[in-house]
Amino acid sequence: MPSDRFRAKNENSRKVFLVTFLPPTIWLILFLLAPILIIIVYSFSQKVGLINIEVNWVSDNYWRAADPIYLKIFAKSFYIAGITTFLCLVISFPVALAITKIRQDWKLIILVLLMLPFWINLLIRTYALIAVLRTRGFLNSGFEWIAAHLGLRFEPIQFLYNDTAIIIGLVYIHLPFMILPIYAGLEGFDETLKQAAEDLGSSSMQVYRHIVFPLIRPSIFAGCMLVFIPALGSYLTPELLGGTDGQLIANVIERQFKHANDWPFGAALSMVLIYVTCGVIAAWLLVAKRKES
Amino acid sequence: MLFGKFISAIKSSLRNPWLNISLLVTLLFLYTPIIVLIIFSFNDSRRNIVWKGFTLKYYKKMFSNEILLEAFLNSIAIALITTILSLVLGVLTAILLWRFQFPLKSLYQGIIMIPIIVPEICIGIAFLVFFNWIGWPSDLIWPLRLAKIIFAHSLFCFPFVAIVIRAKLVSLNRECEEAAKDLGANAWHVYRDVWFPHLKPSLIAGGFLAFTLSLDDFVITFFTSGPETITLPIKIYSMVRFSVTPEVNAASTVLIVVTILSVCTAIFFQKENLKKGSFE
Repeated sequence: MPSDRFRAKNENSRKVFLVTFLPPTIWLILFLLAPILIIIVYSFSQKVGLINIEVNWVSDNYWRAADPIYLKIFAKSFYIAGITTFLCLVISFPVALAITKIRQDWKLIILVLLMLPFWINLLIRTYALIAVLRTRGFLNSGFEWIAAHLGLRFEPIQFLYNDTAIIIGLVYIHLPFMILPIYAGLEGFDETLKQAAEDLGSSSMQVYRHIVFPLIRPSIFAGCMLVFIPALGSYLTPELLGGTDGQLIANVIERQFKHANDWPFGAALSMVLIYVTCGVIAAWLLVAKRKES
Repeated sequence: MLFGKFISAIKSSLRNPWLNISLLVTLLFLYTPIIVLIIFSFNDSRRNIVWKGFTLKYYKKMFSNEILLEAFLNSIAIALITTILSLVLGVLTAILLWRFQFPLKSLYQGIIMIPIIVPEICIGIAFLVFFNWIGWPSDLIWPLRLAKIIFAHSLFCFPFVAIVIRAKLVSLNRECEEAAKDLGANAWHVYRDVWFPHLKPSLIAGGFLAFTLSLDDFVITFFTSGPETITLPIKIYSMVRFSVTPEVNAASTVLIVVTILSVCTAIFFQKENLKKGSFE
């Protein structure tokens, strides 16, 4: 009976649907949506006394987040994430180009080498950077050694605990996120287009400006997002490499929870960070879509 | 043979030196700190800057340090259970998204990506507040004590597994499934003999990725775990805050080695996908 068989198949596929749908959905509701909902509720609450929190649906915390002090920290986070993204882009382009020109059997090794640091613990990589950059670190001792041989006096340079250190750290950590998408874009690039432009008398600068960049723009965009978004919300790098005033927004959020003990305000700040992050991604998707059409 | 390869690599690199120099400098930038850290974990000097000779004493010290050992075991246990949970959830999600059309599917796909997109600190804080809200007990016995962290880790690990498996499902030949059914295979046989062999490399790769992500996580664990549970990254963090010492180098080296082994296994099983150039 074809109709019976069809029904059996349908029933079976409903069962499969439920089996595959329910566990991840329950997990997402329980451990993602519920916690975020509680954060939202907290963000509209008020601290009463030392530890009590009263849910009274006031928006005071958001108004407080709009205070110039916090706006400035948001602006600074944007600025540092922006510089980081720009530096990653400038460094990544020649590197990605170099990889496309490597012979096939070496390519895989180089790509694995570029991906590997991404998997190594963020904390350990930051710590490794501290060991190199601190005043008694390897870079300064290297300079000292050179200076001693040239007979110069040498004062150790303070690389750490300022905004430059945060940027160096963020570039160090996010560089592979930029190199790999740009490489993927360049790898799929049709070389004959370049040759055609060159045959028609374009300089190599013109070829890149008018042919290569527009065609790999989606890859560049993707790389920028992959660097900018995590850099914007980064906590550990500014915490370990930044100075006393080198706090980014994530550090301010952390302080509300672990030191200032003002959970409602911290909740409001993290909601703002989530909205900003989603806003940046939405803007990116919109722009990317418009460029495509 | 290898020498000839080497020579030709040098020759080709001389053709466009600037590009290759940029590649070389970048690799140096990425690896020097890590390599220096590993080398100096074997250094027989507390000052950690001048090489004074080879020693394993910091490793011995580390393995006789009970807190450090406990942290390491905690990390491994959490990572293993997280891997199993993420594999189950990831496979189910991948099949769901590949096989079925349902209302609001794109919204569902978006929600799955939230743990990857949203800043880690927000996820960490959400868990902190959540477990506090439901009054999760903090005096549980050992394996149960890790549950909070395992829930948190599996939340951000399983989307990665789902992505890897889903990419592989696309190339699943459904005619094989039909053929197996026509030959009298039941659903279980189809899963065991058609699906599993096809997905096996991605399952292994996805599993190792989840393992690595869990083992390495600091920020989310930092907020989720109470004072009663420490993991290796948390312990290293409290040591790093204090100073740059050879003990930290040794503990870090152990974690780096475990990570690299695990990632290389994942890459080995994902090799064909890599060659096609699909990273995301």
